[in-house]
Amino acid sequence: MIAFEHKPGLVAYLTCGDPDLATTHAVALAAIDAGADVIELGIPFSDPVADGPVIQRASERALHSGTSLRQCIALGADLRKARPKAGLIIFSYLNPVLRIGVSSFAQQLASAKIDGALIIDLTIEEAGEYIETMRAHGLAAVFLAAPTSTDGRLKAIAERSRGFTYAVSRTGITGEQQQIAADAAQLVTRVRQFSSLPVAVGFGISNAEQFQAVGEFADAAVIGSAIVAIMEKHGRNSAEPVANFIRGLRVGKSVAQAER
Amino acid sequence: MVREAHIQPLNTVARAGRFGPYGGRYVPETLMAALEELEAAYESAKQDQEFQNEFERLLRQYAGRPTPLFHAARLTENLGGARIYLKREDLLHTGAHKINNCIGQGLLARRMNKKRVIAETGAGQHGVASATVCALFGFECVVYMGSEDMRRQELNVFRMRLLGAEVRPVNSGSCTLKDAINEAMRDWVTNVRTTHYLLGSVLGAHPYPVMVRDFHRCIGREARQQILEQAGRLPNAVIACVGGGSNAMGVFYEFLPDKQVKLIGVEAGGRGSDLGEHAARFRGGSPGVLQGSYSYVLQNDAGQIATTHSVSAGLDYPSIGPEHAALHDSGRAEYVAASDAEALEACVTLARTEGIVPALESAHAVAECIRRAPGMKKDEIVVVNISGRGDKDMGILTRELKL
Repeated sequence: MIAFEHKPGLVAYLTCGDPDLATTHAVALAAIDAGADVIELGIPFSDPVADGPVIQRASERALHSGTSLRQCIALGADLRKARPKAGLIIFSYLNPVLRIGVSSFAQQLASAKIDGALIIDLTIEEAGEYIETMRAHGLAAVFLAAPTSTDGRLKAIAERSRGFTYAVSRTGITGEQQQIAADAAQLVTRVRQFSSLPVAVGFGISNAEQFQAVGEFADAAVIGSAIVAIMEKHGRNSAEPVANFIRGLRVGKSVAQAER
Repeated sequence: MVREAHIQPLNTVARAGRFGPYGGRYVPETLMAALEELEAAYESAKQDQEFQNEFERLLRQYAGRPTPLFHAARLTENLGGARIYLKREDLLHTGAHKINNCIGQGLLARRMNKKRVIAETGAGQHGVASATVCALFGFECVVYMGSEDMRRQELNVFRMRLLGAEVRPVNSGSCTLKDAINEAMRDWVTNVRTTHYLLGSVLGAHPYPVMVRDFHRCIGREARQQILEQAGRLPNAVIACVGGGSNAMGVFYEFLPDKQVKLIGVEAGGRGSDLGEHAARFRGGSPGVLQGSYSYVLQNDAGQIATTHSVSAGLDYPSIGPEHAALHDSGRAEYVAASDAEALEACVTLARTEGIVPALESAHAVAECIRRAPGMKKDEIVVVNISGRGDKDMGILTRELKL
């Protein structure tokens, strides 16, 4: 289930199937045990327009090993059995979901006991049927809120989101950055005008300093590229370094930076 | 193969930006405000006589409109069937129809006070037209181009640089047009507050497919009037090549109400019928979402986008403008494919019968004309849109033709 037990909460993004699904499974369990509240199971896509080079490369590796959305949902089901209380979210581009079909997608998520999904190129305007279907299956539809979103859009996004609202820290693609823009804190304040859901801030958070800075104003931080970069380096032996990195976020030590 | 039963549109609510179920706006939230701003700017510009006058003036005095409609007498005689007319978009400034849309969007960027322009390009014609308009308006210009396309169209790369644009190579995926659009979208999502994305075809999220089509409507408007003047009646068929589909929408649109006029789009048949060997979206593609729009897409069973192949970089793209998808489904337009070999041969034929070297993209339309005209009656008329000229393709032609 989606609950941020830790303060701040941590959402850990993994590109499923990079380099293979067994590794994703091991790393996800290690991340949960190290203190991740929610795992975002990233579905590799051939044309990841919202992603920076690190996740692009991970997606290519995952597709090369033949990873499909169905396999990722099955991975979610296995993770659920192993860790009944962890938050599990599918993070995908729309086209692989469309291939399965929205209602079949929702059924499969529900039977895998995955908590919900975030579809990065599906905005609220186009999501009517998707939102209804997800709700009918008791699934959380998570939407992005961006610094460029107008108040009208933020209100609609906050009203339609379930689980948490994902605030994008800056205009841009996924990937590490030096500083968390002032945009992020402002955006969280704006989103909270319209919703009491937890707000997670993502895009560009890569070390303990940034993680704790985000914790000052948001309920949770999403960490993606920094974890995927560790996995790029360690491949199949990533569980321990990722767990160390996550524990380091909480104690203020930035393993990712130390490694580089 | 594709399992059609699973394919269903998410949403078929009719509204602006939808062509039947196709089109829409499938982008990360960060871009939504920019798309709404662009749509509002475009809607207000449409009503603004001053904007329209300036657009018309630049089309006339800068781009060289109207372009001629030319009766291709020798080609007609050689094929022995329908009378063939060529719409000469190849004579426009920068060598292709692309300049129409670039002037329109350049004026819009100025209206929105955005002084940085980004564009993607496949064959380089849209990149050259973008760089040209940016020079004209004093904008900073960055063009994303697949490294494979840069190799194929190196002359255009130099032209863009000469015009002051920065050409950024894209090394992801198949290193062609699709990947260049991905990279342009990444730039746009990052610099959206200061940057206008000058998308070069009737692709992407609303309002692009409508807006780009409208900026190219002059092609069909002129052609319709010219054929009435020259032949005294409407043509039996209008033929155009279709990559994203901007020249085809431009020439088709004015003829849509004329139900007796067949509209024929020609896709890239490449070098074979297997996925990855062609760019014929209506032969092996199925509905899906790519780069902002719901349309026919070449993809595998898992919804991953397929690679494509065509000898012409401008047609080498796995999706097609959403309005074409609707015209295909309704049967108002017919879509066929011409292979690499047919296009190359058509290029030579047109060069030697009429002294006109078409771009390899446009040569696909000529190839369909060569197939179709002999079976038509002598009093029937075909209009072929020569969307661009072949100067940019001399490198490929030199290698392929071994003359």
